Amino acid sequence: MQLSREALIRAYRQMKTIRLFEERLHDEIALGEIAGFTHLYAGQEACAVGVCEHLGPTDYIISTHRGHGHCIAKGCDVMAMMKEIYGSRDGLCKGKGGSMHIADMNVGMLGANGIVGAGAPIAVGAGITAKSNGTVSIAFSGDGACNQGTTFEAMNMAVVLKLPVIFVFENNHYSEHTGEAYAVGAESMTARSAAFGMKAIKANGIDFFSVYDAMRELIDYCKAGNGPASIELDCERFYGHFEGDPQRYRGPGELDRIREERDCLKTFRTKVTEAKLLEGAELDRVDAEVSDLIDRAVAEAKQADRPTPQDVLQDVYISY
Amino acid sequence: MAIKMIRDVIRDTIDEEMARDDSLIMLGEDIVGGNGAPGGPEAIGGIWGTSGGLWAKYGADRVIDTPISESAIIGAAAGAALTGKRAIAEIMFADFIGVCMDQIWNQVAKFRYMFGGKTTCPLVIRMPYGAGFNAAPQHSQVIHQFVTAMPGLKVVMPSTPGDAKGLLTQAIRDDDPVIFLEHKALYGVKGEVPDGDYVIPFGHARQVTQGDDVTILATGMMVGFAEKAAAELAQDGIGCDILDLRTTSPLDEEAILDSVERTGRLLIVDEAPPRCSFATDLSALVAQKAFASLKAPIDMVTAPHSPVPFARELESAYLPSPDKIVASAVKLMSYRRG
Repeated sequence: MQLSREALIRAYRQMKTIRLFEERLHDEIALGEIAGFTHLYAGQEACAVGVCEHLGPTDYIISTHRGHGHCIAKGCDVMAMMKEIYGSRDGLCKGKGGSMHIADMNVGMLGANGIVGAGAPIAVGAGITAKSNGTVSIAFSGDGACNQGTTFEAMNMAVVLKLPVIFVFENNHYSEHTGEAYAVGAESMTARSAAFGMKAIKANGIDFFSVYDAMRELIDYCKAGNGPASIELDCERFYGHFEGDPQRYRGPGELDRIREERDCLKTFRTKVTEAKLLEGAELDRVDAEVSDLIDRAVAEAKQADRPTPQDVLQDVYISY
Repeated sequence: MAIKMIRDVIRDTIDEEMARDDSLIMLGEDIVGGNGAPGGPEAIGGIWGTSGGLWAKYGADRVIDTPISESAIIGAAAGAALTGKRAIAEIMFADFIGVCMDQIWNQVAKFRYMFGGKTTCPLVIRMPYGAGFNAAPQHSQVIHQFVTAMPGLKVVMPSTPGDAKGLLTQAIRDDDPVIFLEHKALYGVKGEVPDGDYVIPFGHARQVTQGDDVTILATGMMVGFAEKAAAELAQDGIGCDILDLRTTSPLDEEAILDSVERTGRLLIVDEAPPRCSFATDLSALVAQKAFASLKAPIDMVTAPHSPVPFARELESAYLPSPDKIVASAVKLMSYRRG
């Protein structure tokens, strides 16, 4: 599919924002600046952006514990996300959620989620709303969540109710510290999805264009009233399961190799410059702008207001 | 004022609210029934008779018959409620909460808080519960003790047809998630039901009987047991102040403390086993906040620390009863400080 220059630059900017956001978090966490558990999305940017570039604010997504990329791709405010991860009361969730629970209903982002496999059933419910609105609902899951019973229930129910739900399985080949080859008993996630009675395809998760084109097809298919669909995206996770993970399960040289040979940002740059769709200098300019944005986000997050003990009891209920 | 059974009140209240609010949907197993079967849709109308005719009236997009998938039922109801719908999810037996606890506990109960107060999840989870049908250990339990302990949920336990209407209407219109517990043995209970729009705000106990000697706290089927016991005790000159708490979260602490300060004696009747329970929670509340008023130790009539047994004799022995309540009240009245 031919994208306009503006659309190409926008897609690149989104992917680059995710990459630099995550790389900066990696550094800040190592310095002890950030509390709690953080799971970085770097390496999988083409998946989130290739999906979300098709979506508007009334299309819904639900994410995973590795959710920063989905949040940025769906339009969550980067400054407010950074503040949330730093635990500020000015964060997107007022410092109540942190990295694993960033959400913004105003942009159709139904939340990162700390429970592996919990998102798919909720995406089915958003699919009920989407069906009445003519939009779609996307459940992002990984090769870990694909083995949860909740995911099976959700896939079956979406088929039974013929809902416009797309199950996006980002196969980064590791469910936490265990290989996909061990933990996914089926021939593939695609084969398993197809067995539930839905259209199921694969795409190359390190190629934005492969993801983007495949998703166009699936979104049109779902919006036409054909029921749910599934897509398996072959991708790579550039960091550990969580920050601090020594990654002893990786093979020798594996990280260097995937960063060299299977980097979706490098793939994108090569494709668009070789096809003369964009100049390298344009992309460099985006790099500089994004770098500046992330610097500002971290600087602001470090200065942002901290929550107070009185905030603990706020927002447990709407009415008491 | 009409005379109705609780099961019909539930159905009619859902009907009235679905007519009033187009965004309201309902999901559950066999709430329509007969789909994909020779008997056809509406062959069942809910195994408890609480959804008959709603599918025909409101259509399959609003009255959604689901596979047996409790996690997906709660998740789907939650996802719809997060995105602009109001939802009622039916879990056929409260015991099945174990299958979908993550969606209730880690998702629904926490959305608003962990998303910084920027979301609403107007969801009612209806769960038929309780013993009395010889339905054995996995189809007879109460679960209010678990869900009351979860911040973010409201928990409702009506005991009369009128309260069922007022509390269910409030539950459906409430913007917070509500666990609405319907005692299976009370579905056939008849009583007066106000006509028209009738809402009972949460957190207000109902004064069932007035008396100066013993405060009795109860919910659900235990309220009727307490009333029977109180009638017997009245013949012996013992006056019972029965409070039907109606909602365990929020809790009407004021009514409880006022009553205990007046009577000086507290008897809690609870269908749950006694450890880490609603009864122990109420006991702690009174011990902390009204200790000086107490003329006798707090007593509890509860189920024992065992699963709910099957055989008639065993289930009867398991459940609290009016006789056990009478015995407890008499014991409280005869207590003398040593």
